[in-house]
Amino acid sequence: MKTESYTVIGKSVPRVDMPDKAFGRTKYTNDVTIPGVLHAKLHTSTRAHAVIKSINLAKAWEVPGVRAILTGDAFPFPVGPMLADRPPLAVNKVRYCGEPIAVVVADNIHQAKKAATLIDVEYEDLPVVNSPAEAMKSNAQLIHENLSNYKVQVKGVYPTPNTNIANLTKIRKGNMQTGWEASDITIESRVSFTPADHAALETRCARVEILSNGRVMVYSSTQGPFYVRKLLSEFFHIDAGMISVQTPLVGGAFGGKGTVQLEFIAYLASRAVGGKMVKIENSREEDLIMSPVHIGLDASVKLGATKDGKLKAAEIKFLFDSGAYSDTGAGISKAAASDCTGPYAIENVHCDSYCVYTNHPYATSFRGFGHPELTFAVEKAMDKLAARLQVDPFELRLLNAIGPGDTTPTQVNLNASNIGDVSSCLTKIRNLIGWNPNKNVQTTRDGKIRTKGISCFWKTSSTPPNATAGAVLTFNTDGSINLNCAAVELGQGTKTVLGQILAEKLKMDTKDIHVTLEVNTQYDPHQWKTVASSTTMIAGRAVLAAAEDAIKQLKNVGSTVLKSSPEDLDIAKGRIFLKDSPEYGVKITDVAVGYKYPNGNTVGGLVVGNGSYNVRHLTPLDPETGFGKPGPQWGVGAQAVEVEYNPKDYTYKIVKAATVLDAGKVINPQAAIGQMRGGMYLGLSWATRESFTFDDKGIVLNPQLRTYDILRASETPEYLVDFVETPLVDGPYGARGMGEYGVIGMAGALANSLSAACAADLNQLPLTPELIWKLVEGKGDVQ
Amino acid sequence: MIQNMQAGQLISLAINDQVKEAYVRNSDTLLYTLREQFGLVGAKPGCNNGDCGSCTVLVDGIPINSCHILSVEAVGHKITTIEGLTDSTIQQAFIGNWAIQCGYCTPGYILNIYALIQTYPDADDAMINEWLESNICRCTGYQEIKEAVKNTLIARKINE
Ligand code: FES
Ligand code: FES
Repeated sequence: MKTESYTVIGKSVPRVDMPDKAFGRTKYTNDVTIPGVLHAKLHTSTRAHAVIKSINLAKAWEVPGVRAILTGDAFPFPVGPMLADRPPLAVNKVRYCGEPIAVVVADNIHQAKKAATLIDVEYEDLPVVNSPAEAMKSNAQLIHENLSNYKVQVKGVYPTPNTNIANLTKIRKGNMQTGWEASDITIESRVSFTPADHAALETRCARVEILSNGRVMVYSSTQGPFYVRKLLSEFFHIDAGMISVQTPLVGGAFGGKGTVQLEFIAYLASRAVGGKMVKIENSREEDLIMSPVHIGLDASVKLGATKDGKLKAAEIKFLFDSGAYSDTGAGISKAAASDCTGPYAIENVHCDSYCVYTNHPYATSFRGFGHPELTFAVEKAMDKLAARLQVDPFELRLLNAIGPGDTTPTQVNLNASNIGDVSSCLTKIRNLIGWNPNKNVQTTRDGKIRTKGISCFWKTSSTPPNATAGAVLTFNTDGSINLNCAAVELGQGTKTVLGQILAEKLKMDTKDIHVTLEVNTQYDPHQWKTVASSTTMIAGRAVLAAAEDAIKQLKNVGSTVLKSSPEDLDIAKGRIFLKDSPEYGVKITDVAVGYKYPNGNTVGGLVVGNGSYNVRHLTPLDPETGFGKPGPQWGVGAQAVEVEYNPKDYTYKIVKAATVLDAGKVINPQAAIGQMRGGMYLGLSWATRESFTFDDKGIVLNPQLRTYDILRASETPEYLVDFVETPLVDGPYGARGMGEYGVIGMAGALANSLSAACAADLNQLPLTPELIWKLVEGKGDVQ
Repeated sequence: MIQNMQAGQLISLAINDQVKEAYVRNSDTLLYTLREQFGLVGAKPGCNNGDCGSCTVLVDGIPINSCHILSVEAVGHKITTIEGLTDSTIQQAFIGNWAIQCGYCTPGYILNIYALIQTYPDADDAMINEWLESNICRCTGYQEIKEAVKNTLIARKINE
């Protein structure tokens, strides 16, 4: 693979979506004004857990222009992607602060807002479950009394009736007794953090219209247009073909737009007003807590190792705080279990990974899908073990790095293709950050302490076993090609990368590839979702297949025109020609829309290239042992953070943040670097300051960007990025995918660096100066 | 109790060197009027609370969060939105430096930076940081945005 030379792959082709964005021309979902559209506004819960005694709508109805007001009884059935446990509007009780109780539909947004505030709800408070630990107590208040009645939507979700457990995934690998007996040293580590948010800059928004023939038109800011269609179809019993979902460019997502929420409500609202188009847009406050959030976690990790540092046993417990509803939290707990050890070879593994209900806003996928969270727990434990063994944390990781010949916690056999090269990533990060075990803690002249911390990560995609994508190619009369595919452009550059894959395959210039940026489920071939760093792989393979299909057709017609066999032909630079005499050929323009002989006869028709790709050989995990295959490959990498800590006031500055990722093949270097930097930023922002603050009644005290703090421009470090390229045999040109990876190890590397600086076990997030002060002074610890 | 919800007036606004008329409610923000009445949707609502800067426009050359000014207050001032920024230097710098991912923050940044460069052509790193502080970009990690600003400043100096 390395010896092949590419013309487009590996080049920083400018992203096709940038110019319109720079000039403010890009239209996001909410950037279109439609005459006659009705506006929906929610009334949301002010309590975290309460019975709804009554809802008084009288005053709201007095507002002029109000056309409908819906409450839970409009559709009193639970919905949800994995376990159907959440009514679109609260029924009988509320389970989190911010939960939608009613929706007002009015002629304009002001009327809808006014009426929504005039809705009067009478509550009767219930005891609030404010942490996963509380939720797991044997006498805990139940959040879902009828858990056993909920329908499991996806195989492999295991709720425990009469508890607050929405899912338990178990990993049982090897023999724990053997593992502990072989261990000279054991350490235990605990970490915890409350939920945070994605805070994509574009808040979520949806419009729905029901046409007179019953066709449901949905316009939504989503990472999964086909997924929206699937869930609307399943829960409202509408034929999938009668639903069309359109998604223009999306203003950031980070996993938070991979599930379905507003679309359900907008559909019900439109139905209530005779199918007229209804628009619902989140305010920032709603987007932060009413819509799904970034999951919280309480974790404990126990590691056993020989005195030489070889890991022998790991016992891990994850309590994911999925909040009031499970959404994809059940999948996150499963994904975290699958990769629970981090990228280390351990023969004996025991993991219980719970998705736990609390009275917090409910969680959905966040960039990394359980991995930034599990990696924080594991990497803290690795540094603790290194300290106990008195070895260099870097060497400990290198010694235990997983690789070909090892097995994962779910007992997948790893080979030279299906896992990246952890050791090479580690070696590169050492140089990048300037790691030197004897000089990693240095005091500056003004009394500040400079330290470095590292982390290692891995992740597989945890896609459904049938995750799929397709691509369709059509030709224009100028010989250029339209590429249609349902990958959503979130700013990650997916459309450009897919265009590059196509250009390389057809040996064309990227300027002759027109990638449709918008997605429409009615025209585009099916694609699961644009999540899980899986698009380059799945959609990329679909594009390659479509290109092969087009090439075959072009060569077929070309062979007639050129009086040769198709095998003797090649295609490049817009021409079909004889391999042995390239000067003898025909232009693609003359063939792709049917070849016309000088006498007017034609041969061949329109060339339309089709291709698709399905992930293969994935299996659900065994409920008792976790045995199974959760993803096609493992992307791996190493990260490091350098901080300057001020022991006087517990503040710190992040000096450097570094990532080395095994990308398989970097298709667009500049886009890849941008993804890594952006990922590091998101990870650091989360780890340094982002989280929701709850009072003892479960009320979120900071549901706005004024109080939900985000890392700003002046606080960002110098970013260092490098790549390793261990090709994935099945990947397009060897590529593995990269969207999520930059986030994963940041919290761990930062915490390790700061823990070294202040000589305390910083085991909570976010790492605010106040928290550091508490932990250093022993004034507080993880519950 | 719900009277006056629609109380408003006919105003003229000087937007992008054109005079535009609209009937606005007294409580309409400039952001709302730009987007809903004039279709100038380059100004983005990210928070409607003055916290994110994605709604930034220039009012008499000064970057202002358009979610934090009423339309009626904008009367008599010169308003520039991304659609009316004829100098495309910064847009090109953003493209050239890959300072754009999802693009939702981009118009706000570009107007903010345009004002910075007009006001302080000699801005140093500290000044740049201070000005960028008012906006949030959730995608890029800010490095490319800073580079776009610095490169624009350098290019200006060379051209002078
Ligand atoms: S929308 Fe105006 S500052 Fe955020
Ligand atoms: S590019 Fe997405 S918020 Fe800046």
